[in-house]
Amino acid sequence: MSNDASIQGGRLRRAPGAQSIGRVLRALGVQPRLAVILIPYVWLVLFFMIPFLIVLKISFAELAIAQPPYSPLLVCADPEISSTWLCFVEGKISVHLSTKSYVGIVSEYGKPFYDTLYVRAYWNSVVTAFFSTILCLLIGYPMAYGIARSSSTVRNLLMMMIILPFWTSFLIRIYAWMGLLKDSGVINNALIWLGVIDSPLSMMNTQFAVYVGIVYSYLPFMILPLYANLEKMDLTLLEAAADLGCKPLKAFFVITVPLSLPGIVAGSMLVFIPAVGEYVIPELLGGSNTVMIGRELVNVFYQNRDWPAACALAIAVLILLVVPITLYQYYQNKEAEAGK
Amino acid sequence: MAAETPAHYHTNTPWNEPGAEPYIRVENVTKKFGDFVAVNDVSLNVYRGELFSLLGGSGCGKTTLLRMLAGFEEPTSGKIYIDGVDMAGIPPYARPTNMMFQSYALFPHMTVEANVSFGLKQDKVPSAEINNRVRQILDMVQLTQFAKRKPHQLSGGQRQRVALARALVKAPKLLLLDEPLGALDKKLREATQFEIMNIQDKLGITFMVVTHDQEEAMTLSTRIGVMNQGQIVQIGTPQEIYEYPNTKQVADFIGSVNLFEGRIVEDESDHVLIDSPEAGGRIYVDHGISSAPGAKVWAALRPEKIQLVKGDRGEPYNCIKGTVKGIAYMGNLSVYLIALDSGKEVKVTMPNQVRAAEQMIGWDDRVTLTWHANSPVILLS
Repeated sequence: MSNDASIQGGRLRRAPGAQSIGRVLRALGVQPRLAVILIPYVWLVLFFMIPFLIVLKISFAELAIAQPPYSPLLVCADPEISSTWLCFVEGKISVHLSTKSYVGIVSEYGKPFYDTLYVRAYWNSVVTAFFSTILCLLIGYPMAYGIARSSSTVRNLLMMMIILPFWTSFLIRIYAWMGLLKDSGVINNALIWLGVIDSPLSMMNTQFAVYVGIVYSYLPFMILPLYANLEKMDLTLLEAAADLGCKPLKAFFVITVPLSLPGIVAGSMLVFIPAVGEYVIPELLGGSNTVMIGRELVNVFYQNRDWPAACALAIAVLILLVVPITLYQYYQNKEAEAGK
Repeated sequence: MAAETPAHYHTNTPWNEPGAEPYIRVENVTKKFGDFVAVNDVSLNVYRGELFSLLGGSGCGKTTLLRMLAGFEEPTSGKIYIDGVDMAGIPPYARPTNMMFQSYALFPHMTVEANVSFGLKQDKVPSAEINNRVRQILDMVQLTQFAKRKPHQLSGGQRQRVALARALVKAPKLLLLDEPLGALDKKLREATQFEIMNIQDKLGITFMVVTHDQEEAMTLSTRIGVMNQGQIVQIGTPQEIYEYPNTKQVADFIGSVNLFEGRIVEDESDHVLIDSPEAGGRIYVDHGISSAPGAKVWAALRPEKIQLVKGDRGEPYNCIKGTVKGIAYMGNLSVYLIALDSGKEVKVTMPNQVRAAEQMIGWDDRVTLTWHANSPVILLS
């Protein structure tokens, strides 16, 4: 072992500290080289895998008046045995799994399964996220295109303007929208003052306000990957298209758009995925009549105090999002393959 | 690439016929980018079926001139006519030109077939005809079996041929080629040069090639326009440019050359005698020029037109002496670097008719340089 380490040390000159770390890792049976890639894995296991498993576990429990408020996963058949471990050794342990919370998502008294509160919330979330993504794309593409095609000094300034809002708290920006959209808000006052309208438009607590909030908040996430893609596009391709008789507008649709597809997919995923589970924006701008899954989840957790149902909802959201995430990765891999 | 030598190749010389109508006319074209003058008052006539090369170093304005013909740049002043039509204000997509880009600019998301048919589709050619013409042209550049591939699955030479096919398939009035062989290795370049010449001959399309490679320009072209600092300094056939350069600059740019500065001693109709201390003797040229006696001139002498003889010989003219300072063996020929007694260094190339080991002339040998009286070119500037 030490012999091996000294060979390694001889081949590559390393800091003495690194060498001793390497020795410790070797003593633990871990290749130092592996240790480097281990860090992100450890991170994922600690902060994603374990919490996910806990949530998954709770989702299969039942609501109980207890502390914590759900039934345990492992139940001992013999109430005499107090320790779970002893119970396990005695072989009297049984695993208690309940699908009640999942069934609860699609069952509601007097309603078909597709019309329950939660299914409607899911559906509404997906629809909202979908149209928000489309809106972000329609607004973000021209912006990204404009930035990518402007001179380098202007470009830096414009990028700065895209990123600048992040320097203010997300919550403050949403509250600012409340100030803009409410009945006595800036927009209504301005329109009344201009004589366009007589009575204020009710924009707050509507689906419209939710769209405004989501599109406003997530637009940079659409613009940044699109910009990165469009900026590196070879402009001689457009000259070649023009040279071959293709007018600029058509060249945009047959050359630029197909080549920016990876950027479109990346941007859309970055908007769609968080928008589905969005809580703050519908809560603050959408009011009580906006049914979205993020809000329902919070209600179930904090008001109903039904942890298993909340966890089941969370797991269902995750499954709902796995499809677009997989699609996203598929495109990323394809782009990497086409490579260069 | 099997093709019989085209019989009329390089034999039609429309630029010498008085009544011939030029196909492409560039009239006093100037292009400025801010303060920088990229192309400076260039006039140029190219005739139908020509393969015209613009030759020059980087930044000489040749690519800008090509881009003005394609319509990517508008001239600051001057006119461009293609087949009698004024091109001013006509966008690239409406011009009867096609361009082969230096980077090839193949559409990465389209197959070879789609790339080649792209131009025809823009013209709304019936699909049956598109298929036909694409098949023919892919056949011609020997890419039929790669029709379904994407550009990134092709080698450099194959991509170059796709680019050529894509530009050719529309049978444009003028085909523009920007450094067409720049990215290819030597063997492939030579093969492709002849391929381009054959295709040009077969289709009769007028070609305009931009290149910095004089060898490429010499092999391909019917005529060459040598450019420098935005201006055309000489137009002529490859032979004219090489054998009769009109300035030191052209002489130096095309091939290598030895320049001897001197003053005219005698200027008769049948000969000129130049006294050149730099050469260490007198230079006799068997044709006259008309200039004032005593005028400062340069005699340009190509390295391959000089004979090397071992030892000191004495003749009144065209005979100078020196010492061998270096020999570069190139296989088919050797380049000798000779230090003249005047201190000037002269380059001489000699074919290796006998094996190198048996070469007569070695390092530090005393040698005499001689040449034929019609070999030097007298340059006034």
